Amino acid sequence: MGAERLTELFGQNPSGLLSVFYTAGFPQLDDTVQIGRQLGAAGADLIEIGIPFSDPIADGPVIQDSNKVALSNGMTVPKLLDQVRELRNTVSIPVILMGYLNPVLQYGFDRFCKDASDAGVDGLILPDLPLDEYESQYRETVDRYKLALIFLVSPTTAEERIRRIDGLTTGFIYAVAANSTTGARQAFSEEQVQYFQRLKNMKLKHPFLIGFGISDHPSFTTACQYGAGAIVGSAFIGMLKNSGDKLQGIEEFVKSLKPA
Amino acid sequence: MKFSVDNRGYYGDFGGAYVPEMLHPNVEELRTRYLEILNDEGFREEFYGLLHDYVGRPTPLFFASRLSDHYKTRIYLKREDLCHTGAHKINNTIGQILLARRLGKMKIIAETGAGQHGVATATVCALMGMECTVYMGQLDMERQRPNVERMRILGATVVPALSGNMTLKDATNEALRHWINRPTDTHYIIGSVVGPHPYPDMVARFQSVISEEIQKQLMQKEGNPYPDTVIACVGGGSNAAGAFYHFLEDEHVQLIGVEAAGKGVDSGHSAATTVLGKPGVIHGSKTLLMQTADGQVVEPYSISAGLDYPGIGPLHAHLFQTGRVSFQHATDDEAMEAGLELSRMEGIIPAIESAHALATLKKNQFDPDDVVVVSLSGRGDKDLETYIGWKPKNDE
Ligand SMILES: Cc1ncc(COP(=O)(O)O)c(C=O)c1O
Repeated sequence: MGAERLTELFGQNPSGLLSVFYTAGFPQLDDTVQIGRQLGAAGADLIEIGIPFSDPIADGPVIQDSNKVALSNGMTVPKLLDQVRELRNTVSIPVILMGYLNPVLQYGFDRFCKDASDAGVDGLILPDLPLDEYESQYRETVDRYKLALIFLVSPTTAEERIRRIDGLTTGFIYAVAANSTTGARQAFSEEQVQYFQRLKNMKLKHPFLIGFGISDHPSFTTACQYGAGAIVGSAFIGMLKNSGDKLQGIEEFVKSLKPA
Repeated sequence: MKFSVDNRGYYGDFGGAYVPEMLHPNVEELRTRYLEILNDEGFREEFYGLLHDYVGRPTPLFFASRLSDHYKTRIYLKREDLCHTGAHKINNTIGQILLARRLGKMKIIAETGAGQHGVATATVCALMGMECTVYMGQLDMERQRPNVERMRILGATVVPALSGNMTLKDATNEALRHWINRPTDTHYIIGSVVGPHPYPDMVARFQSVISEEIQKQLMQKEGNPYPDTVIACVGGGSNAAGAFYHFLEDEHVQLIGVEAAGKGVDSGHSAATTVLGKPGVIHGSKTLLMQTADGQVVEPYSISAGLDYPGIGPLHAHLFQTGRVSFQHATDDEAMEAGLELSRMEGIIPAIESAHALATLKKNQFDPDDVVVVSLSGRGDKDLETYIGWKPKNDE
């Protein structure tokens, strides 16, 4: 149960993992389950589902817009948990919920962890949860419900702090590729590649997945040379928004990044 | 010091630095350096020098005799409206731009609601020859046109925030996003006692010059540095924090913070955070926040753009929770009436934000020899259109 799926996936020194992020309740309220299922079937290795929030300060225009649409579709935390429960009936890869802290706090942190765990969630990413508060107030609860909590590092995170994060994270480290909000962008710069290399050379206890700005096969492949895999968000959400046949779009999207 | 920030960045249950990892180095740099910089002798000299020669401080503490007769008590107005650029906001922007220079940051970003903080930021950027970008909600750009033009004349780039309700909250989101994207060369001058630690404490310290002067001026005029009551409006809470600062530990001084009730606290169109809010996290701090049961931030409403914010600074959340400050409310109509009353009675047209503070004079009982200080946080020039368009209820 819970973090075990992640431990299993990351336990055997994996490479080339594709994690796909999408916003719950977008484009339609009930799409969450279908999208997750199709991702699993098409060969994604992890699913990250975004909890929509009114004020997503770390997100660029594409994910901001998906949050807004999801909320106007009537998405809520209880509905999201129901959808994950349903998704779990047919999907066996790890499912991670990613969201800003406020909706989780309003639901009740303890209750949220319990219900998420019961629904079959494996881990959480809460980008605005500080490390100190996690250690002193929340860690015990996360552990009690056997959830993983995945922390971020960025190009400006100091080495000492990366070590601390390596000590606190469970499953993997989310390596943010650039100092930026989320969004698809051009090819990686020399500086970014040096940062990936620096992370790799640190021989951290946990593997890292690279996210933010991964949009196509070349950027995915580059990320996989350094990390255990990569996370794609905005590019996938952009595809969902524009594609006529969602299911086929998802299959093609996954195959284009990660040819079998 | 019951009301000072603790070493974790909290005021009681409120505060902290809830920022994504991408902002951590910036906030951490500020946290580790701000006190050393603020306490540095050279910094203080430069800060107080500019407040004196450029801002025009000390601002007068004016005994409003006709208003006093009317309310049968002794009312002083702390004339922040006479600061250069027309509001208290510049006390903070002078402080922060000097700090930014010491941190080696040459680019400045800011958010603004009424445009007063944006103008104050654009002004100090012009003064220091620094590049300035101001985020402002599209709706606020429309209702505070003159300030948009002032910022542009001063050389700032004004970027419309098009997300959400297109007001102050959304402008703040955009400024934070900008900072995430350009963390190394840019300093974010937040305009109120909000945001991640150390901003609330830093901004309160810069604004504390207001109560520092009130004490000295009351000593001269009344032979006693302590008033009976201090009243200030609360948007994020910076003019209130500044006006309360040196009185916080003196519990015999009654402190009143006035929030915007909009069309009425229960009308669904209000910005009365202490009544309508619950603890939550916004813009990097844990504080009282207007939100739905599902934790989505509610769009506030007030006729005054500067009070149109769904939270309050964590210091104020703590002052509310401990009961140290009495939080009261004024509706749009009450504020407009109070603004017009001051105009007619004392020849001072106040900012509509400040008029909210004045509106509570009639709702409180004061003794004839009580000394009541009202923070007149800004002047009404920017609000002329609203004043012109406003019809008193009994005229209809
Ligand atoms: C004149 C004036 N007063 C008050 C405020 C509210 O801000 P604060 O609560 O931080 O003083 C503003 C904000 O723009 C303002 O322009």
